[in-house]
Amino acid sequence: MAPISRGFRGRRRDVDPARTPPGQYLVGDFPVLSAGPTPRTPLADWSFTVDGAVDAPRTWSWEEFLRLPQETVTVDIHCVTKWSKLDTTWVGVSVDTLLEGVETEAEYVTAWSDGDYTTNLPLEDVTGGRAWVAHRYAGETLEAEHGGPARLLVPHLYFWKSAKWVRGLRLTPEDEPGFWEAAGYHNRGDPWREQRYWND
Amino acid sequence: MARAPIVWREATVRATEAETPSARTLRLDVPGWPGHVAGQHVDVRLTAEDGYQAQRSYSIASAPEDGGLALTVERIDDGEVSPYLTDEVRAGDTFEVRGPVGGHFTWRVRDGGPLLLVAGGSGLVPLVAMLRHLAAHDEEIDARLLVSARSWDDVLYREELAVLGRRPGLRVAHTLTRETPPGWEGFARRVDADMLRAVGPPPEERPRVFVCGPTAFVERAADVLLSLGHPPAAIRAERFGPTGG
Repeated sequence: MAPISRGFRGRRRDVDPARTPPGQYLVGDFPVLSAGPTPRTPLADWSFTVDGAVDAPRTWSWEEFLRLPQETVTVDIHCVTKWSKLDTTWVGVSVDTLLEGVETEAEYVTAWSDGDYTTNLPLEDVTGGRAWVAHRYAGETLEAEHGGPARLLVPHLYFWKSAKWVRGLRLTPEDEPGFWEAAGYHNRGDPWREQRYWND
Repeated sequence: MARAPIVWREATVRATEAETPSARTLRLDVPGWPGHVAGQHVDVRLTAEDGYQAQRSYSIASAPEDGGLALTVERIDDGEVSPYLTDEVRAGDTFEVRGPVGGHFTWRVRDGGPLLLVAGGSGLVPLVAMLRHLAAHDEEIDARLLVSARSWDDVLYREELAVLGRRPGLRVAHTLTRETPPGWEGFARRVDADMLRAVGPPPEERPRVFVCGPTAFVERAADVLLSLGHPPAAIRAERFGPTGG
């Protein structure tokens, strides 16, 4: 039983419990969390790669990436630092499209980014229409501080899994903990189970 | 690596002290607290009488050597949790804490120097924990701290910073961005390349760089540091948004 905090009433914002995971609060703005400086890769040098345990690696230039089928999705996002933001609209390429026809035995994927960031996910968390590589947010080009040119978008997991500045997906037979996952954060990060830290 | 669960623990407020008109330090007794590394943070959970709960994260201000746990909380006027912690809480009150959390924005004496710490506003909290940790050891490490605040009244830990700045190897610089007291001799503008060059150490000395503050401050400071030639991997950043609680 949690101790009562004398005199604390709380804000009691009118939140829909079906859309706000436990321990989260809603924000209207879009906070920024990153572990280092914001990388700024020129689009001419940008590419996106699928490699690792695959039959043949594939790479797209920025122009090629934009010619892939684009999807517009409106989703709720949840940051492990407690904020949630509802109804965010993104444009990007479904990870299903990027993996189409790839033959692999891998069950995991490591998303890697400019700035040496990595995050690991089970393959099934980024397939089946549940993950995108997004390059537009709220009708605008995705700003660098929010992960532009492109970031992974995996809205059903805590937002550190939605790697900013993503440059590739490496398919791996074994699960390999990424940057935050090796530093105390939960390996899967399901906000509805409040999987913030190791062993949550 | 050991993967001990990070559990909620009951914290009792031992004492509070005002740091600035909008920030207060809470000294907590937390039975079972496992210890922390300078730079880490905790989650705080408040529980109302009817069971309603709210959680937020706060940086740890105390050094690992200090005994007990100290948090410094900046009030966000329309926040849900911070006004309670800065204005309402008094000695004897209880809430829960969980931690320590964070394994990237941390520094130990054995990691070595030189150190360049760049603080915007209450971004000073985890950085002062690093300097308190350094001061608890009889070791001379080249450490420079640049504190950016709106006015002199907004600077956290002013007297303590003056004392720390007289230690061998440790230098503290201030910049005030909105208002300066009469006779001010520090910087009086937003962080820029000339300022960070003057504060040093230069990139050739490979300092470990820690930047903490509001998002716009960190973005700017990190960009300037990159332009001076500090490698991206040497710069660790912690940002907090205008939203908080």
